[in-house]
Amino acid sequence: MRQLENLYRQIIMDHYKKPRNKGLLDDARYKKEHIKNPSCGDDVTIQTFVEDGIVKDIRHDGTGCSICCSSASVLSTRLKNLPVVEALKISENYINMITNKPYDETIELEDAQAYEGIKDFPARTKCATIAWKAFENTVK
Amino acid sequence: MDATSFKKDFPALRNTDLVYLDTAASSLTPTSVIKQMNEYYEHYPVNVHRGVYKLSFRATEMYEAARNTIAEFIGATFEETVFTRGASSALNLVASAYGLTNLKEGDEIIVSELEHHSHILPWQNVAKKTGAKLIYVPLTPAGRITVDNFKHVLSDKTKMVVLTHVSNVMGYETPIENIITLAHAQGAIVSVDAAQSVPHKPVDVKKMDCDFLAFSGHKMCGPTGIGVLYGKKHLLDDLEPIEFGGDMNDNVEKYDAHFKDTPYKFETGTPPIAEAIGLAAAIKYLRSIGFETIYAHENHLKEKALDALEKLEGITVYNPGTDTGIITFNLDGVHPHDAVSFFDEDNIAMRAGHHCAQLVMRFLDVPATLRASFYLYNDEADVNRFIENVKAARAFFTEVGF
Repeated sequence: MRQLENLYRQIIMDHYKKPRNKGLLDDARYKKEHIKNPSCGDDVTIQTFVEDGIVKDIRHDGTGCSICCSSASVLSTRLKNLPVVEALKISENYINMITNKPYDETIELEDAQAYEGIKDFPARTKCATIAWKAFENTVK
Repeated sequence: MDATSFKKDFPALRNTDLVYLDTAASSLTPTSVIKQMNEYYEHYPVNVHRGVYKLSFRATEMYEAARNTIAEFIGATFEETVFTRGASSALNLVASAYGLTNLKEGDEIIVSELEHHSHILPWQNVAKKTGAKLIYVPLTPAGRITVDNFKHVLSDKTKMVVLTHVSNVMGYETPIENIITLAHAQGAIVSVDAAQSVPHKPVDVKKMDCDFLAFSGHKMCGPTGIGVLYGKKHLLDDLEPIEFGGDMNDNVEKYDAHFKDTPYKFETGTPPIAEAIGLAAAIKYLRSIGFETIYAHENHLKEKALDALEKLEGITVYNPGTDTGIITFNLDGVHPHDAVSFFDEDNIAMRAGHHCAQLVMRFLDVPATLRASFYLYNDEADVNRFIENVKAARAFFTEVGF
């Protein structure tokens, strides 16, 4: 069985085909971050609304491969309504997992766990992390 | 030609099932080139033009013999053959040393959407700084540069013509000789990006009559880190160097210095010595096979692959009329980065992305594409595995819901 098959079968296709929280808002309370991966053309914008230290809303938009687009949707569902500190911790943990660095397996990544297989495709780690890095920049 | 016998010349293809289809980005390196470079590092790994001892004399001799080999290979003279870091830096040298000095407001620079970024951005810079204007040759619907379309944009304002010889995405060959004749009749100077042509077919700069021409070592079985700029002697004589330092001068005083003649005035610092020697070895290797043989072989593989691709559903080939071994395509509805991971899993190396040619992507109206490119070390078995994988990828992505 192809590794790739495992990867795509799970959560990824669902979020790629039916992205949650997609589309940007024209609302001054949201902070926006746009990241492009010039080598492949992945292009993601993340918008977050933080109030009282809580990530109240996350929106995303962009174009790119299925890994890139779906991961923006996944992070928006996983991190919404969490305290910023906790959201950043999860994000950092996720990026460590993808880039094959030590990470805390007790932190529940939920749907984002599906991307674990990316570590077998080092050429694709950028695709899987670009949205998360954009998110981090909106709350840091 | 029996390509299977050439595979053994390339260590990267031994004891592996690798199908390498990314030569348009970088070719593989044959043993003879690696050996020649190792010999430099093992036996005379010293600087050129400086030492007065025996080893340095040998390094200098080998380095300059390499220049002679390369000059003769493209029909140029020793003085007209400048070593650079690669085609990009050669093309930049033309824009910075010739363009910035000789162009002015109102002048026109003819370029095309087929150019690699390294042949468009330096001239955007020249246009911004001098007030000269970039004029794009209208491409045919298939994406070709034609002599007729070139005539539409050529005028007495044209001072510079900046075109690729072979497109790195579409694989089309530009009718460059006719274009050069027309450009010269208007008094324009022509810069040719030959990075995708010199590795695959005989190029004679005198016959072509180009003013400047550039290519890279690493796309023609040579090492990375070396490229060549050809320029007509009288043009190079008139150019000012753009980099200053050691070796490019012959007299230095407190407030002034005198520079060496071409090619040395453009080569400051320790040059890519092993790389120059390696590139000469690559040329020797390619010539031992013969460019007509190589070209015919690539063409045969490309035709076989195209025939098979055209029979498949859900595949779009963007350059069915390609003149070279370059095929640009997509699996419909599948981002090329998704697709390329599928091929990678079966050890088929292919390029996915915009190929440093975003203007071509805009012309095709796609964010990115897959690109397969063939060279002498590919064989029919490679084409078969490539096609089988395209079929399997198409079925896989359809099945998982793309």
